[in-house]
Formats: sequence, C-alpha cells, structure tokens
Amino acid sequence: MSVGIIMLVHTAFDRAEQVARHWAASGCPLVIHADRNVPNATYRKFVNALSDLDQVEFARRHRCEWGTWGLVAATQEASEIMLQSFPDVRHVYLASGSCLPLRPVQELIDYLAERPQTDFIESATTADVPWTIGGLDHERFTLRFPFSWRRNRKLFDRYVRLQRKIGYKRRIPNGIVPHMGSQWWCLTRQTLSAILTDPERATYDSYFKRVWIPDESYFQTLARLYSRQIESRSLTLSKFDYQGKPHIFYDDHLQLLRRSDCFVARKIWPFANRLYNAFLTDAAGAMKRTEPNPGKIDRIFAKAVERRTRGRPGLLMQSRFPVEGRENGLTCAQYSVFEGFSDLFENFEPWLAKVTGTRVHGHLFAPERAEFSDGQTVMNGALSDSAKLRDYNPQAFLASLIWNTRGERQCFQVGPRDHIEKIEWSLAKDQNAQISVISGAWAVPLFKSNMNFADIRQEAALLQQVESKHLDVLRSQWGKARVRIWTMAEFIEAPMEPLQTIIDEIGKQSVHGLAEVPKMADLTGFGQFLQNLKNQGMHPYLMGDFPVEHRLHEPQGQTRKPYLVR
Amino acid sequence: MSLLQSYAMRLRRKRHRVRAFRKHFSLKPVVDRTRKIRPGDILLFSTMRDEFVRLPFFLQYYRNLGVSHFLIVDNDSTDGGREFMADQEDVSIWTTKASYKGSKFGVDWLNWLQRKYGHGHWTLVVDPDELFIYPFCDTRPIRALTDWLDTSQVKSFGAMLLDMYPKGRIDDVRYLPGQDPLEVAGWFDPGNYVIQKNRQYGNLWIQGGPRSRVFFADRPKKAPALNKTPLVRWDKRYTYISSTHTLLPRGLNLTYDEWGGEKASGILLHAKFLNTFTAKAEEELRRGQHYAGSVEYKSYAEKFQDSPDLWCKWSEKYINWRQLEILGLMSKGNWA
Repeated sequence: MSVGIIMLVHTAFDRAEQVARHWAASGCPLVIHADRNVPNATYRKFVNALSDLDQVEFARRHRCEWGTWGLVAATQEASEIMLQSFPDVRHVYLASGSCLPLRPVQELIDYLAERPQTDFIESATTADVPWTIGGLDHERFTLRFPFSWRRNRKLFDRYVRLQRKIGYKRRIPNGIVPHMGSQWWCLTRQTLSAILTDPERATYDSYFKRVWIPDESYFQTLARLYSRQIESRSLTLSKFDYQGKPHIFYDDHLQLLRRSDCFVARKIWPFANRLYNAFLTDAAGAMKRTEPNPGKIDRIFAKAVERRTRGRPGLLMQSRFPVEGRENGLTCAQYSVFEGFSDLFENFEPWLAKVTGTRVHGHLFAPERAEFSDGQTVMNGALSDSAKLRDYNPQAFLASLIWNTRGERQCFQVGPRDHIEKIEWSLAKDQNAQISVISGAWAVPLFKSNMNFADIRQEAALLQQVESKHLDVLRSQWGKARVRIWTMAEFIEAPMEPLQTIIDEIGKQSVHGLAEVPKMADLTGFGQFLQNLKNQGMHPYLMGDFPVEHRLHEPQGQTRKPYLVR
Repeated sequence: MSLLQSYAMRLRRKRHRVRAFRKHFSLKPVVDRTRKIRPGDILLFSTMRDEFVRLPFFLQYYRNLGVSHFLIVDNDSTDGGREFMADQEDVSIWTTKASYKGSKFGVDWLNWLQRKYGHGHWTLVVDPDELFIYPFCDTRPIRALTDWLDTSQVKSFGAMLLDMYPKGRIDDVRYLPGQDPLEVAGWFDPGNYVIQKNRQYGNLWIQGGPRSRVFFADRPKKAPALNKTPLVRWDKRYTYISSTHTLLPRGLNLTYDEWGGEKASGILLHAKFLNTFTAKAEEELRRGQHYAGSVEYKSYAEKFQDSPDLWCKWSEKYINWRQLEILGLMSKGNWA
C-alpha cells in the first residue's frame, strides 16, 4: 500500500521537479498536472527532465485560473489516472508544485497506513467559516459568476448585486450541503473513486462549474456523501492572508517550519534555497519531532493580517494614513489635558508629576514654543519645541508626541492663550484624551498681573470668548474624549474631590490617597476683581459666581479636610 | 475626480513622456550593456554627478540585494566616477552636459531610460546617497519582495526618505570609498514627521526629520519632501513627475492604506550628510541647479557656518529594519 501524489504545477518547474523526485524516492507514485498556460517548450522540458522516473504520469493539461473550474477538472482527471495506473495506492494526496514536504515522506506513509479509512479534508459548512473572500459565503453556491473577480472586479460586484436585487437563486442539486475548506486534501481510494464514479457526477459537475472557487468546495462537499471518517483538517500547512492568497515561506522561516509538526507546507518561495536544501536533501535534519509548535506560525500570520487590516492605532506614517473616522484611535495611548489648573494652583505641574509619576508638560500649544517638561527644547522622537513647526501640523505634533512616548503617560496644560483652534477638535474627538477644565481660571493670572486695568479688561474679554468657544467644542455631540468641566467657583468649593477623581483615572494613585495637595493661589480680592471687570462693562461668567466678599473663598487647606479614597 | 480632470492628468502624463523624448537626445552612451538584461531582472536607475567616493559601496549594496543591472546617467562628472562605472560589467552608463534643472532634476532622462529598458521589469530609482531598506532585507533578496508584490498585484512600493547624519560636526569624520556610509552617519530623527495628502496626485506629502528641525524650523512649508516611490513594476506608459515623489498614472501613488491598516513600505536611508557635503553644498549653490532656486542649499550654507551639528539628545542610532518597523517609520504590512 502506498500514497499517491497528485501535483498541480504552474511555475518554478525546477523546484517542482526537485520535489517530485523527493516524493518518488520514497516510492510514492505521482500524477502531475501542468497548467495549459505554461508554454509548450517549458512543459516538454519538464516532462523530459522527469522521464527517468517510472512511477510518474502526466495528466491532460487544463487552463487553471484562480477560482475557476479548471483546477477541479485537472484534479479529477489526475485522480482517475492515479486510481487506474497505480492500484496499490490507498491514499491520494493533492499537492502543488510549490509544496514542500517537511517531514520524511516515510513518516507520512506510516501515518496514513495507521489510518486506512480516514479522509483528511478540511470541510466546513458555509455558516461556520470566517475566511470567505469578497463577503460571499453561502451565495457562492446560489449565484452565478460569469465575470472574473481578479480582472473584472466591477462587473463581478455589479452582477452579484443585480442578482441579489432580483432575488435570483440557483438550486443546489440533490439536496447536497455545501461545504468549504482548504483545497489541499488527502482522500482514500474508496472516497475518491466514489466521488469520481458517482452516477450523479454529471449533475454535480455542471452545478459546481458555475460555483465560485469550486476547488475549495467540490471535493469538500462531495466527500461528505461518501467518506466513512472525515478528519476535517488539511495535512498541508497553508496560511492565507486577508485577500485569500497564500502566505509564502522564505529562508528565514526555517526554524518555524522545523518546529511545526506538519507533513507538507505551502507555499514556498522558489528561491528559498535554504528551505529546499534543509528539507529535501538532509533527511536527518528535516524535522525533529521533539517540539511541535504550529501555533507560532499561526500567530505570526494572524498578526500580519491584523497589521494589514487594522494597523497600529495612533500611528500616522507613510503607509498608514487613515481617512477621518477610520483612524481606530487618533493617538496610541491615553493622556491627560488640564485646563486652568496651573493658573489656579501655584505648583500644579511638579505636584502632578510627583503624585502620578507621569510626564507633565506645560502649555504644549503656547504661542511662543511647545513647553516640554523640564524646559527641554527637543522631546522624544527629536520632536522640536518650535512653535512654527508645531503649528504647521498640530495633529501630527500631538500624534507624534504620544506615539514617541509610548509606555509613559503624558499630561499637558491647555488654556485660551494657546494656539488651540487647530487642535481642539482633535482633542475633543480623541477617545484617549482625558480633559479636565476649570473654566474661567485664566482670570487668576490677570488678577495677579501688573497690567493696566484697561488692558486686563480687553484681554479678559478675548480669553473668555476663546474659552467659551472651546467649551462648546468639548461639549459637542461628536466628542469622544472624557471631558470634565467645572466652573472655577464650583471647583474651589471642594477642590480635592475632583482632583482625586482625575488622579484615580490616571491610575497610579498611592494607596493612601492624596498625601500632598497642590498650593492654591491666594484668591483674596478675586471677587472684587471680577466685580471691577463687570463695572467696566465686561461680563465674566465662565468662572461661576463669586461674591464680592472673599470670606467663602479663602485658600483651601483651612477649610475642608481632603477627601480620601481607599 | 471628474472626467475632465482625469483627462488633464492624461495630458500631463503624455507631456512628460514627450519631454523625456526631447531630453533624451542630450544623453550620450558611454557604455551600453543593456543587451545583458534578461526578462525578470531587477533594474536600478540613477543619476550622478561627482559621486565617485560613494560608488563602490553603492554598487556593492545593491548587488547584494539582487539588482541585476545598473542604468546610470552621469551629469558631467569630473572626479573619475564615470570611468569607474563604465568598467563595471553590470552597468550601462550615459553621460550628458545638459542642465540638471532643465531635465526636471534628472527625471526626464530617467523616464526615457525606464521607458526604453524598464518596461515589464521591476525598477528601482535611487540616488547614489540612498540605501533602500525593506522588510526582511537582511534575510530576503529584493526579488522576494517583488515576487510578493507581483502575487499581491501591487505595482509600486513606497519608501520614505530618512535623513542620516553623524554625531558631531559633519566634517569631523572623513568618509572613505567603499565604506558603509552608516558607519559615519548613523543617526536619524525617529518621530517628528508630518504628513499631508496631496489631493491632486493622491500621494502623501511627508516632511520632517533633521532638515525640517534644523534648517526649516521657521518656514516648515518649505522643508523638503520625504515621500518617495522608488520601486515600481515599470510600464512604458508610466512616468515620474517630480523626482521619485510623484508618479502618473495616479494609482501608483497609493502606497498607503486609508482604512486604518498598514501597507508594506520601506525606507531610503539618505546618507547625504557626510564630510563631502559642505563642499557639495557650496558647489550646488553656485550652480543653482536644484529645486526651488536651491533654497535648500542656501539654508544649509547658512546653518552649517555656525553650528554644523544635526545630532540631538533624542536622535536614534540606526540598527536594522526591525528597529524602523517598531518605530513606525516603515511597515511589514501583511508580508510575514
């Protein structure tokens, strides 16, 4: 009893020849099918090269285009030849010219001899498979596909839509249940001959001729009718990417392939000399069966698909530049934005850095320069503090900053004096942003300043206007950031509670709650200051209601005990 | 894009092809070995002027990657580079005294050569100071990449320009012929790039890096473009529009994904800032043969007079392509 190999070849004939000899050397008869599209001269050369092997037959050539019936027809004819010419064959293994046996062929023969009745063919109903291409699963059995998906995608899609619209459906003959799976199978003589000599074969053939990608469903469906025992998996290791084309193995996959426990791998790059040398010439080193680990290959290819379809969130680069709404995160990590805090508290930035252990910047969007932490002029990633460079593309500036500092949470200050018009929407729409605002706190520096009151009044009016617009943006229904807004009056009533909440959310709080509190600016006379502004005809409202009497708003610390969270 | 605009693009493409035809008369063959080119060969196209010192390593680097033939336009070199190249068995070289600027910075010459010899081949267009890096370039030849692009039915491959510079004054260490330029200029800016989409041609316009940070901090818009598409499966109807930044037809410029995923991409390590640079900058300034009135070279000359150091605390030292992948400067895409 032996294993017969059907080999479908369309390129890299020198490699196909090498592999064919490898199979033949272990006593496996071969039936080889070469694509009709291959030039005759090449084909003849190939046939001649293998003429010294007596257990090799060649099947009539069909035109094999991806996803068409030709592949099935070729397989059928080759199978018939195999079953007729080699009566000893019990299992028939379907392989391609770019398949590479990883384990000694004898091991495969022994393995199959131990399981004489088992058919190895991946075969699942359409409802259960996630790997369909073009969004077609069950419909590939009920619609017609006269146009090539590869060459006439538009027509293909339109025709599918048309059929859906008018409710066209093909009838599936004899109530067979469509199954799909890898086109690389290994069937027993019993099952394969039953499929090929089925009295209804003409019906099935004419039905599957119009099914899309029949090579993934013809044998997979019909084997279900006759097989005594189906192992629904392929013995060929073959991974597909998100477009349904097989991943290719190269020299640098050698260790991975060695550690997989698969018999055959597909598809191998024809110039992967190291792989061919390792697995075809050196039987001892072919596959150590000690530590089988096909999972690692799975992970690598699954990651590749993930990278191609979803990418790294928050990364903008030469080959990932999502349109608005498809960014999957405008930035790559969470960060905190504080508005008004450094105005209200004298030592807010060092305090925050100490309490949270995060990187705390000043006003990154200040008009003069980006105020990086510790007065740096260049930040991670060689990001410059130049205001002009930053304002040239503030979104890129922010995304780069957060990307460059992956692993370390960033906090920065924002205020109405900053250049925020171009960045505020991005902040509001970024789900990674934690924005905390004390509205009206910009008045504190004015209150402390030594400016003429007329200038103060003008400045206050401008800042209030800017902040008011900014708050509208933050409150917009499109916002995704976690936004908290307090008026200044509200905040200083009980400052520790909101601070504690914010710090908790940053997630690095000490066990004992806030041991140390930031020092609030002395607001004695602030109420009167606001009243003066009002008297000058300006209407400060963002800070909330401050009575002219300052009694209620003495610096905190004397008032309430800090709120503690355990 | 309306039909009219499409048609305008078509005309623009045709005009560039006519330009290439007109300008090709100034090219005089020095050695033509193009008969050696076999179907499926990967071809490299380049222009050069007085780059002798770089050529030995340049040839060695690209031969190692599996480039089969070099097609070079020499713009009147006087340093022996032309004679050196003419002696190489896998080089075909043309020479011209015509204006670099007048040929759209070499684009017309190369468009012509590509049209004539590149049809149906994968063509790589790089300058002598650019080293092409792609995913797995340390274990897989360039042929593995182009075969994979073929099976993925992708016709062009993007590679951003990454400016490399030394630590310290750029004239401190002397670069020697045959030496790996990265031994001298091994540092780069890892994360200060800005990208905009060019609505007209569909390509990305990337700026940033040390040139932006040091020379163009006060006028970022003028900073040089870093986006490039150097590797294309060429067809005689294709044409580069400006350097290798932009191609027509526009579909070739779509080397990026817009739906959140990453396409595979590479990097062109740009070893421009060697000790040879100062002299070169002065000469280029004198010739005025560069883009936008050589504004770039003017600012180099100004800056390098007082502080000729591009290095900063956050500069990164180049290790390998995997490092660039992790930094997010290039991507493996779905190639594994």
